[in-house]
Amino acid sequence: MSNKFLIPIGPYHPLQEEPELFKLYCEGEIVKDIKWETGYNHRGIEKLAESKTYDQVFFLVERICGICSTSHPFAFANAVEEICNIEITNRARYIRSIIGELERIHSHLLWVGLAGHFLGYNTVFMWAWKYREPVLDLFEMITGNRNSYAMFKVGGVRRDIEGHKIREIRKVLDEVKKKTDLLTGAVMDDPVIHARTKGVGILTKEDIIDYGAVGPTARASGVAIDVRKDDPYAAYPLVNWKVITATAGDVFAKAEVRLLEMYESISIIEQCLDGLEKEKEGDINIKVKNIPEGIGTGRAEAPRGEVFHCVFSDGSNSPARHKIRAPSYVNIATFKKSCIGQSISDATISLAAVDPCYCCTERLAVAYDMHTGEKIMNGADIIRASAGQTRLIMKNLKMKV
Amino acid sequence: MAVYLFYLIVFPGLLFSAVTGAFLSWFDRKITARVQFRKGPPLLQPFYDFFKLLLVKETILPKKGSPMMFLLAPVLAVAGAALASVFILLPLFNISSGFKGDLIVIFYLLTIPSFSYIIGSLASGNPLAAVGGSREMKLIMSYESTFLLFLAGIIVKASGNFNLYSVISIQQNTTPFIGSVSGILLFIVGIFCIQAKLGLVPFDMAEAETEITEGTFIEYSGPPYAMIKLAKYIMLFILPSFLAALLLNGFTLKGINILWAVLKIAGVVLLLTLIRNTNPRLKIKQAVSFFMIWMNLLAVIAIVLAYLGY
Repeated sequence: MSNKFLIPIGPYHPLQEEPELFKLYCEGEIVKDIKWETGYNHRGIEKLAESKTYDQVFFLVERICGICSTSHPFAFANAVEEICNIEITNRARYIRSIIGELERIHSHLLWVGLAGHFLGYNTVFMWAWKYREPVLDLFEMITGNRNSYAMFKVGGVRRDIEGHKIREIRKVLDEVKKKTDLLTGAVMDDPVIHARTKGVGILTKEDIIDYGAVGPTARASGVAIDVRKDDPYAAYPLVNWKVITATAGDVFAKAEVRLLEMYESISIIEQCLDGLEKEKEGDINIKVKNIPEGIGTGRAEAPRGEVFHCVFSDGSNSPARHKIRAPSYVNIATFKKSCIGQSISDATISLAAVDPCYCCTERLAVAYDMHTGEKIMNGADIIRASAGQTRLIMKNLKMKV
Repeated sequence: MAVYLFYLIVFPGLLFSAVTGAFLSWFDRKITARVQFRKGPPLLQPFYDFFKLLLVKETILPKKGSPMMFLLAPVLAVAGAALASVFILLPLFNISSGFKGDLIVIFYLLTIPSFSYIIGSLASGNPLAAVGGSREMKLIMSYESTFLLFLAGIIVKASGNFNLYSVISIQQNTTPFIGSVSGILLFIVGIFCIQAKLGLVPFDMAEAETEITEGTFIEYSGPPYAMIKLAKYIMLFILPSFLAALLLNGFTLKGINILWAVLKIAGVVLLLTLIRNTNPRLKIKQAVSFFMIWMNLLAVIAIVLAYLGY
């Protein structure tokens, strides 16, 4: 019997704001093994999508993740448009890309802030989140919402970006660029941040390929994987930009990739705004009468990596089957490589470095009794329990069952 | 006898240093908030925090572990801090008593709160607290040697006097110790030692909210946690006062000089606050090598310089 002991991170832990459980098996300060449990936050989105019309599914998938709330509608739109075999207008393409990139900026700023918080550097946390505010205000101006923008629909977007809004966006972007410079300087040149993040949680190129990791996690290890380049959609083939990569694969490289990606995003948005000025105003939508039978796959590069949606249509007005794969689903598995052998301090920042999003990832989990190994709840049990509860409530309210 | 009890419980002991420390804690939080674009707490927030824990919140005892030691540790911490505050503040306010103001005694008394935290954390039986306790232990082992070297430097500068009264009077009769190269080096060493003693970022790895969820104090709630808060308030006042006594020529409590005394303490606390707001948390390994190698080296250089008269 070794003298390992269990350090639980979760189900509720200040490290991450969502419910999840990481079991770190430690010897002293060194993590010897890691296991994780998710499934605290399962909401049955895929099943729900089957009972909604295509227009409603956009609002549903937007709520999968609060931070990257446009990447899911983006991928879903790509999937449905593949079934319909339609090409959206250039103006709609530009607007979609602008929304996607603004979201990347605010998501990366959010991550930088959180990473600072996890390192105990709360000043970076507060500053990064303050600098994120103008971006959210911009969203409010463009879409009417600070989050969950409800911008996308099959065949285009819901709102146009008019001339005066373009000027306003440019103004805010200049401001954001200055703040990003400041933040990048503060993070890249701080010797204590270097001491805390360099050489920590290293993922090699082989690890990334083995685990199939995506997004900034993969790009920080020198794997130039980016759906925007590999499978171009929206306005990304129309503008000039490059995929940011780093080679070290440690936490610092991941921070570096994200910070530099924000500059690329700003450049993409500026080019998209140039493109918008050339297109005719109001030409944002093409009419789609019905969704034919077929299978469509859609991909989008979320701030955390590739989002994949697969939609099966039977010709009715709602999807027959809707499959979603979020980037954290593959990225979380890399913890097995990045955390083992590290100290607890390093393991926690390695966990945070992939910017995991558990509510994107949640699938129905089956629990086993710890001592007997007996299955104590499976999917059918949960549905039965849930339905029973509903019946009970309805009976108490004297409603018709 | 009664006068000693008065010293210990009212002035300058428990009550006075706890109230002053609470205001300093507000100052620290307010500055932190302003640095982070926040509004910050109202002036009496530390008192609200303390009395809420003391009077409203219930005490939850861990099932596994030793409840006796668990509850005793916060009391020990407060007792140690209050006793240390008497021995530091009596010479500082120039109140003569039977105590000679021996630096070594003060050094030992100042370690009691940290040791109590370790006892409390290990008695709680929580694995996260155990990690926190072991980190605190490693941290103590690294910074206490540096703190001792720092005191040795002061003793050399005070030409062999172990006595806090004479350390202050030597400075007041000549120049403050900080006005020399060795004094500045000692000040740097002292500030970092105090930072570690107070468990502020970058040396807050024993609490490390985002790693081990307040580590040492994870199981504490209600009145015992209020006691820990009290000990922390007292330490936040007496450690900067100790530094002011050793290097910044202490206090003269006459006329405008009272303002100077307040400014000295506030200045040191401001420095501590700024350090904690411009740095991420170090790993325990890095903190140990920081004190064991760099700070010890700096302290030794300061001692040599002080010996040579610089």
